[in-house]
Amino acid sequence: MISITGPGIIELKVNGETRQVLVRPADTLLHALREGLGLTGAKPGCENGDCGACTVLVEGWPVKSCLMLAAEAVDREVVTIEGLNNAPIQREFVERFAFQCGYCTPGFIMNAQGLIDIHPDAGDEVINDWLQSNICRCTGYQEITEAVKAALQASRPPISQP
Amino acid sequence: MSTSIIGTDIIRKEAWDKVTGRAKYNSDISYPGLLHAVQVTSTCAHGYIKRIDYSQAITMKGVKKVITGGYYSFLTGSVLADRPPLAIDKVRYYGEPVALVIADSEAQAKAAATRVVVEYEKLVTVDSPSAAMQPEAPLIHPDLAQYRHVIEQVYPAANTNINNHEKIRKGDMDKGWNESEVIIEARYSLPSADHIAMETRNVRAEILPDGQVLIYSSSQAPFGIRKQISDHFGFDLGKVIVHVPLVGGGYGGKAAINLEFLAVMASLAVDGRPVVVSNTREQDIASSPSKVSLEAYVKLGASKDGILKAGQYTYIVGTGAYTDTGPRMGTSMTVNCTGPYNVENVWCDAYCVYTNHTYVTSFRGFGHSSFSFAVERTMDKLAAALQIDPLQLRRQNAIQAGHTSPTGVKLTESILGNVSGCLDKVEKMINWSEGDRIETDTNLVRAKGVACFWKTSNSPTDAISSATVTFNSDASVNLNVGAVEIGPSTKSTLAQILADTMKLDFNKVHVEMEVNTRTSPHHWKTVASMTTFMVGRAVEEAAHDAIRQIQSLAAIALQCSPSDLTLGEGQVYFKDDPSIFVDLAEVVHGYQFPDGSTIGSQVVGRGTYGMPRLSPLDRNTGGGKPGPYWTPGAQAVEIELDLNDCSYTILRAATVLDAGKVLNPRAAKGLVMGAMGMGLGLGSREYFIYDKDQRLQNDSLRTYKVMRIGEQPEYLVDWVETPHQASPFGARGLAEHGIIAIYAALVNALSRAAGIEFDQVPVLPETIWQKREGMI
Repeated sequence: MISITGPGIIELKVNGETRQVLVRPADTLLHALREGLGLTGAKPGCENGDCGACTVLVEGWPVKSCLMLAAEAVDREVVTIEGLNNAPIQREFVERFAFQCGYCTPGFIMNAQGLIDIHPDAGDEVINDWLQSNICRCTGYQEITEAVKAALQASRPPISQP
Repeated sequence: MSTSIIGTDIIRKEAWDKVTGRAKYNSDISYPGLLHAVQVTSTCAHGYIKRIDYSQAITMKGVKKVITGGYYSFLTGSVLADRPPLAIDKVRYYGEPVALVIADSEAQAKAAATRVVVEYEKLVTVDSPSAAMQPEAPLIHPDLAQYRHVIEQVYPAANTNINNHEKIRKGDMDKGWNESEVIIEARYSLPSADHIAMETRNVRAEILPDGQVLIYSSSQAPFGIRKQISDHFGFDLGKVIVHVPLVGGGYGGKAAINLEFLAVMASLAVDGRPVVVSNTREQDIASSPSKVSLEAYVKLGASKDGILKAGQYTYIVGTGAYTDTGPRMGTSMTVNCTGPYNVENVWCDAYCVYTNHTYVTSFRGFGHSSFSFAVERTMDKLAAALQIDPLQLRRQNAIQAGHTSPTGVKLTESILGNVSGCLDKVEKMINWSEGDRIETDTNLVRAKGVACFWKTSNSPTDAISSATVTFNSDASVNLNVGAVEIGPSTKSTLAQILADTMKLDFNKVHVEMEVNTRTSPHHWKTVASMTTFMVGRAVEEAAHDAIRQIQSLAAIALQCSPSDLTLGEGQVYFKDDPSIFVDLAEVVHGYQFPDGSTIGSQVVGRGTYGMPRLSPLDRNTGGGKPGPYWTPGAQAVEIELDLNDCSYTILRAATVLDAGKVLNPRAAKGLVMGAMGMGLGLGSREYFIYDKDQRLQNDSLRTYKVMRIGEQPEYLVDWVETPHQASPFGARGLAEHGIIAIYAALVNALSRAAGIEFDQVPVLPETIWQKREGMI
């Protein structure tokens, strides 16, 4: 439990590093990541929790960083798109043409990464349930769905031969 | 020889930047010292501004300045100069910017903006295009007749709300109606809607002591910004430098110039310091321009065997409170008013009218999706009256080479493409022959609808494009163009064109992603699905220019004539003996003789393109040539309707369009699917909701519903390839077209399924139920 009443410095654990950032109590995690830490992969799209462009992982779970205060993220592991390194989901997005303008892409990828980690066996219904929190205005969603399914497939352990 | 990369699935150059969060969009740049300007917007849709009191706001912490409409009073517009960037004396729509608060931080500016008090004296509002046409309607712009015409072809009517009237008069209407044995007429209504680009509009501006104006914008029109900022503020054009990095979606919405004026005003107000203005999502929807609304009347006459004889089309186009490109879209609707059908007797009027709604700008399809809905719904009604299969009715009236367009363009295969070929393919794709209405269960009906489209560009007749190609010493090449990368993989497609023309490895072509109006060659705007054609032509020319330079130098090195040589595999070699060659790298920065002396220098290719022989349309008949070619296509949608609760699922959606030549099949398919998805959203859920005082009620993504994952249909996309002879590799534009007739096809299917004619969009389950119960 921390308490800040005015602008103050907090420590955030982001992408495996502990970093200090100056925040106001009202600053969102999204604001702290972008303005304080220069991690601009998470995007503002609505700042109202409707579009998912700002999605990051907090303790492994997808969180809309526009809906979480920076102060709430203290002592929690935050992973942003900059923390993914050649993950299968990134490769699948590239190879399956799952984006056009690319603005919603980091949010989609982080949400999908959370899904892959938490529900590696997800079927269509669970995939849609999870990814419905994000909006893409360019693609019409077909390639995104394909990319997520392929990345899920890639993350499952191979079935052992008898 | 390497094989051509044209027609292959090239992964876009910036792909990995976009999946790693490293791609930089305009709003990703922030730095200490950047001031923040926040818009105060109107809560009243039509009224006089009685008082703006910012005495409290100005005293708040961090606040530098508050500016209002009088601070820099000028009127702007791309067709008619009718819009003050900040409202002056009067507001004309809910969300209109009335003041700008500039502060050290965004939080401070936002806090102060809430303390700006604005009092309005309400005026009677105009709530629809038809209301705007009423003789007793309040005048939204009493000074309409005094407004400056930015282009010649705009015809406002003084003392009305009509800001443009464009018409087509072709053939002999009396003859057409006399020959018609069946006549169908109907009225349609389509509301306004929003682009919803995921990156909201945002602009930074800074004015340097030496008079240079730096603008950084998320825009489709950097060169347009430069011109308008120069014109309105009196800066030398060459001193205005506009930078546009990757853009997070546009769909036409970022072709309008709006926040740029505010950012420059704000910077001027604080002695040229850098200031950023960003839209919140709510402002991006309510304050910045949106999609036209339309009320349409269509009357079609045909012989008993289903040959169209006459068509009358009246389009009342709601442009909202200001014109922006609205009048041009009205013109665009007249130009293609018939849809892709041969109608020899055409009477079309497009009236663009002001309403007290958010003003409009270009939107994917440039008016075509709106009027095509009216035409394609009427075609279905005509088919029913004639008892002819709706797909067959379209096929037998499909326009073809030898016919003339509504504006009198004599059509060739190259100019028009192949409409009936698209219909033939879509017929198979959607399995039309199984029947267009099948009851699958007691309460379930599966139904199909079909619709066609065509579109040409309607670009200004003086639109131009250029490209430069500069070689690096490693024989790689830099491509620089003025087109913006808004998402369609434009720059990578241009790199494909360059690589193929110069027989270079695609990986040796580097593209400059940012547009900088000082260093990038000119391109009028990244709109109208014209970039691959226009800039592509310039790239081809630049490539040939570079090839000539390379051949000349290599000819000296190889002691031959330049025409003996060709390029490929990183070498310049004899056409008849590839074993005699010089490496490309040895000649692209001058050629050095064995004795050390050097001849020549860097290879710099330049190319330009302007569209020849386009003409403005005749005032009285609409005759003229509006664009270089058409892209036609056919679309179909299959839905399943639950007759119990009126809910429905969009099962499959198909598009076949004549792409001329598909340069990058997967990228092209993605664009068409995306456009279809957007159109299905407009047909099934998206629209602006206003209260009785014309205040927009759904200006957030929680209340303005877009399609989400899992709600999309199975997309089916295929091509016909009739080359347009003047385009690079024959390619036709295709980025917008998937939207144009898709919601007409959707509503044709829904009407068929429910046995009810739906003449508006969106068709919600509630719409079906209310209509069935006779409530609307």
